[in-house]
Amino acid sequence: MGLYAVVAALGFRRYATYRVATAAGVFTNTVFGFVMAYTYMALWDERPHLGGYGVAQAVTFVWMGQSLLAASSILGGGFEQELAERIRKGDVAIDLYRPADLQLWWLASDLGRAAFHLLGRGVAPTAAAAFFFPLTLPDSPVTWLFFLLSVALGVVVSFAIRYLVALTSFWLLDASGIQQITALAGIFFSGMLLPLALFPGRLGDVARVLPWSAMLQIPVDVLLGRHTGGGLAQALAFQAGWAAALLAAGRLVGMFATRKVVVQGG
Amino acid sequence: MSIESSGTAEPSTPSTPSEPSATAGRAACAGATAARGGFIELDGLVKSFTVRRKAGVLRRTKHEVRAVDGISFSVARGEMVGYIGPNGAGKSTTIKMLTGILVPTSGRLTVAGLDPARERTRLARRIGVVFGQRTTLWWDLPLRDSYHLMRRMYRIPDARYRQNLDHCTELLDLGPLMDVPVRQLSLGQRMRGDIAAALLHDPEVLYLDEPTIGLDVVSKAKVREFLRTVNEELGTTVLLTTHDLTDIEQLCERVMVIDHGRLVHDGGLDALHADGGSERTLVVDLERELPPIEVEGARAVRVEGPRQWLAFPASASAAPLVAEIAAEYPLVDLSVREPAIEDVIARMYADRSAL
Amino acid sequence: MAEDLRAVEGSRLADGVRAYLIIAWMWVRSTMAYRASFIMLTIGQFLGSGLDFAAIMLMFAHTPHLGGFSLGEVAFLYGTSGVALGLADLLIGNTDKLGQRVRDGSFDTLLVRPVPVFAQVAADRFALRRVGRISQTAVVLGWSFTVIEVDWTVGRVLMVPLMILSGTAIFGSLFVLGAAFQFWASDAAEVQNAFIYGGNTLTQFPPTVFAKDLVRGATFLVPLAFVNWMPALYILGRPDPLALPRLMDFASPVAAALSCAVAALAWRAGLRGYRSTGS
Repeated sequence: MGLYAVVAALGFRRYATYRVATAAGVFTNTVFGFVMAYTYMALWDERPHLGGYGVAQAVTFVWMGQSLLAASSILGGGFEQELAERIRKGDVAIDLYRPADLQLWWLASDLGRAAFHLLGRGVAPTAAAAFFFPLTLPDSPVTWLFFLLSVALGVVVSFAIRYLVALTSFWLLDASGIQQITALAGIFFSGMLLPLALFPGRLGDVARVLPWSAMLQIPVDVLLGRHTGGGLAQALAFQAGWAAALLAAGRLVGMFATRKVVVQGG
Repeated sequence: MSIESSGTAEPSTPSTPSEPSATAGRAACAGATAARGGFIELDGLVKSFTVRRKAGVLRRTKHEVRAVDGISFSVARGEMVGYIGPNGAGKSTTIKMLTGILVPTSGRLTVAGLDPARERTRLARRIGVVFGQRTTLWWDLPLRDSYHLMRRMYRIPDARYRQNLDHCTELLDLGPLMDVPVRQLSLGQRMRGDIAAALLHDPEVLYLDEPTIGLDVVSKAKVREFLRTVNEELGTTVLLTTHDLTDIEQLCERVMVIDHGRLVHDGGLDALHADGGSERTLVVDLERELPPIEVEGARAVRVEGPRQWLAFPASASAAPLVAEIAAEYPLVDLSVREPAIEDVIARMYADRSAL
Repeated sequence: MAEDLRAVEGSRLADGVRAYLIIAWMWVRSTMAYRASFIMLTIGQFLGSGLDFAAIMLMFAHTPHLGGFSLGEVAFLYGTSGVALGLADLLIGNTDKLGQRVRDGSFDTLLVRPVPVFAQVAADRFALRRVGRISQTAVVLGWSFTVIEVDWTVGRVLMVPLMILSGTAIFGSLFVLGAAFQFWASDAAEVQNAFIYGGNTLTQFPPTVFAKDLVRGATFLVPLAFVNWMPALYILGRPDPLALPRLMDFASPVAAALSCAVAALAWRAGLRGYRSTGS
C-alpha cells in the first residue's frame, strides 16, 4: 500500500510542476465555460426546466464540465500515451519485472494526476463562474463528500477505459486512431457536449447506461442533488460497477498481452 | 590493435578530380573580401544575456551574463579551424552569431564580407551548417528526398546539383542509402547524410557542431576523411566545434579555445598541449601481469592485472613509444586516449596562476 | 528606389510562398508513409469537428429558435466560422508548435536557411488531415444555404466568399499572434487555443445569445465578430444587438487587414526578441 501511495504522490507532483501549462489550461476552461454558459442560458430561456434542470443548474452543469474536464481526463491525454509508447518500444517488459502490479501502478499514478487536476484546474474556473453566474452549489458538506466520491469513481472508470486503449498498442502499430475515437466518445457520451437528459429517445437511454456517463453526468447530478437516498446509492453503485467491470477487463487483456510479451521473449 | 591517434592509423586521402567551375567562381568573389583581411572577421565581439533569478517570493534580480566576452579572431579563406571549449563556454553562442541566428550585443563581425545578423538570408546561401545532434533530414522520407528539398530551397542549378550529389555520394558511401527512409539509418549514416546535405549548394564556409559525437570509430574516420577532402579540394573554409580532441588533431592545424566567453588560446594543437603541459595516455594490454613498464618518455600511472596505463606528453608522437614497448614487452593490444578538453583547459589555468 | 524596394519585398513574398509550398509538399509525402493513420485521423477530424454541430442539433431538438435564430441560420454561422477556422488551421495551424521548436533548439535550424523563417514555421508539419474539419463544416454550410431564407442580391452573394476569406485571415492572425507569444512563453500554446477554438465556438452561435459586454469584447478587443457575425447580420437581414453603424457589417476585410498587420508586428517583435536573447 505504501508503494502505491508514493506513486500517487509522484503523479501529483509531476503535474504540479507544469505551472504555465496549468494556468493556460485554466484560462482555456474559463473561456469555454463563458461561451457555453450563455448558449445554455439561451436554450433554457426558450425552455425553462428543460431536462428537469433549472437555468442555474444548467449553468452549473457547464462549469462543472469545464472544471472536471482535466481531472476526469475526458479528452484523454495522460498516462495512456506514455504506457502506449512504452509498449511500442518494448520497455513495458521492464515494468513487468517490477515488484508492483502494472495496472495498480498506473492507476495510482493517474489518481495522483487527477487529484492535482481537480485542485489546479477545477477550483479556479468554478470560482470565476461563481463570481459571474448564479450557480447551484450544495450547502450540505455531505453532498460535497458524495460528489467527491462520485468524481473519484468517475476517474477510475476513465482510467480503466484509457488503460484498455493503451493496451491495444500490444497489437496495433499505431494507437492514435483508437485514442481519438475514445476521446470523441468521451465528449459525446459523458455529458460534456450536453446533459444526457437532453438526448432524445433511444440515444438518451443508451447514453445513460454507457460507462462514460459515470465520468461527468453522474458526478454533476450528485452535486446538483438530483440523486438522493436510494437513488444516490444506485448511482454510485452504477459507477462502481462499471469501474470494477472495466478494471477486470483491463486485467484480462493485460494477461493476454503479457503472455504475448513473454512468448516473444520481451 | 586499435590505435586512434595521429600518424599511426592515418587513412589515405583518395584523389578525386577537382571541380574547376566551383573554384573559379570562388576566386572571383574572393577579391571582395581579401581586402578586409580574413574571410571570417571578429573584432571585440560581445554577446550578453539578461538572466532573471528568483530572489524571494516576488522579487527577481537581473543579472547580465556575458556568454561571449570580447572575442577577436580572423580566419582566412580555405582554413580549417577547431573551436573548442567546455560546455557553456560560449562556443555555440559564437556560432549562432556567425550564422546570423543571434544578433551581437557589440563588436564587429563579418563573414564573406557580409554582416550575418543583418544579411542573414543572403549569407545562408553561402554557408553550410551541420548541427551534430539535430538532423535536418526528413525522418520518414528516403535520403534522396531531403537532397531534392535542398536543391529547390537553395535553387541549385541542375548540373551543379548532380555533380555535387555524385561527389558526396561517392566520398561518403551514400549510394546504397539513397532510397532508405532516414529513420532507418544508423547515427553514423545519418551524420554523413547531414554533412552531404550541407554541402550541396557549394557553401564557402562550413560550420560543424560536434560532427563526430556518438559515432563509432569507423564512422568517425569516414567523416574526418571526407571533411579533409572537402577542405583540400573545394577550398571550403571549415569551422569545427568538438569535444573529441582527435578530430582537431587529425583535421586542424589551428585550434581556438574559448572559456568563460574569452579566447584563451589561438594556435596549433601542439602549442596548446605544450601550453597546458597536458598528457595523453597509452593503454597497454600485456599477455600477463608484469611489473610497471619502464620506458623512456612515459611513466606508468596505473596497473590493473595485465593492463597498464602510461602517461606521455601530448605533444610527443606515440609511434616511437609503441615501437619500443612492442620490442621489449609481450604486447596484446593497445590504444591511445586523448586528454579531455576540460583537463587541458584546467591545466592551462593551473599553469597561468602558477606564473 | 521605392520601386526597387517594392520589387525586393515582392520577391521575398514569392520566395516565401514557394518555400511554403515545397515544405508543405514534403510533409504531405511524409504523412503518406503512414497512410492508414492518415485516413483514421482525417475521419477523426471530420467526426470531432462534427460533434459541435451535433450539440447544436440536440439543442434545436428542444426549441425552434435560439437567441431568435433558426437552426438553418445557426448552421450558416457554424459553417462560415468552421470553414474559416479550418482553412486557417490547414494553412498555418502548426505555428502553435513553435514553442516546442524553441524549447528543443530546432528553431535555429530554420534560421540558417535562405528562405523566410515565417514560411518555414507556417509550413512546419503541414497536416493534410485538416481537410476533415473543412469538409465537415463545408457540408453544414452547404446545407444551410438550402434552408435559410435570404434575398440573394449580388452584394449578399459576394459577401459569402469575402467573409470566409476575412475569417480565415482573422483566425490566421490569431495563430500567428499565439506563435509570437510562444517566443516568450514557450509552453503557453493553450492560451492561443482559448482564443482560436473558444472564438470558433463563440461564433458558431448568434451574437444575441451572449451578454453585450462579451459581444463588445469579441468586436473591439479580439475581432472575432468580423469572422462571421457582422457580415452574417447583413446577409440574414438581422439587427445588430450592439446597434453599431451598418457600415460595420462590411468592415470584415478591414478588420482582417488590421489583425494581419498586428500579427505581423508581433511576429517581428518576437523573432527580434528571440534573436537577441536566444531563448
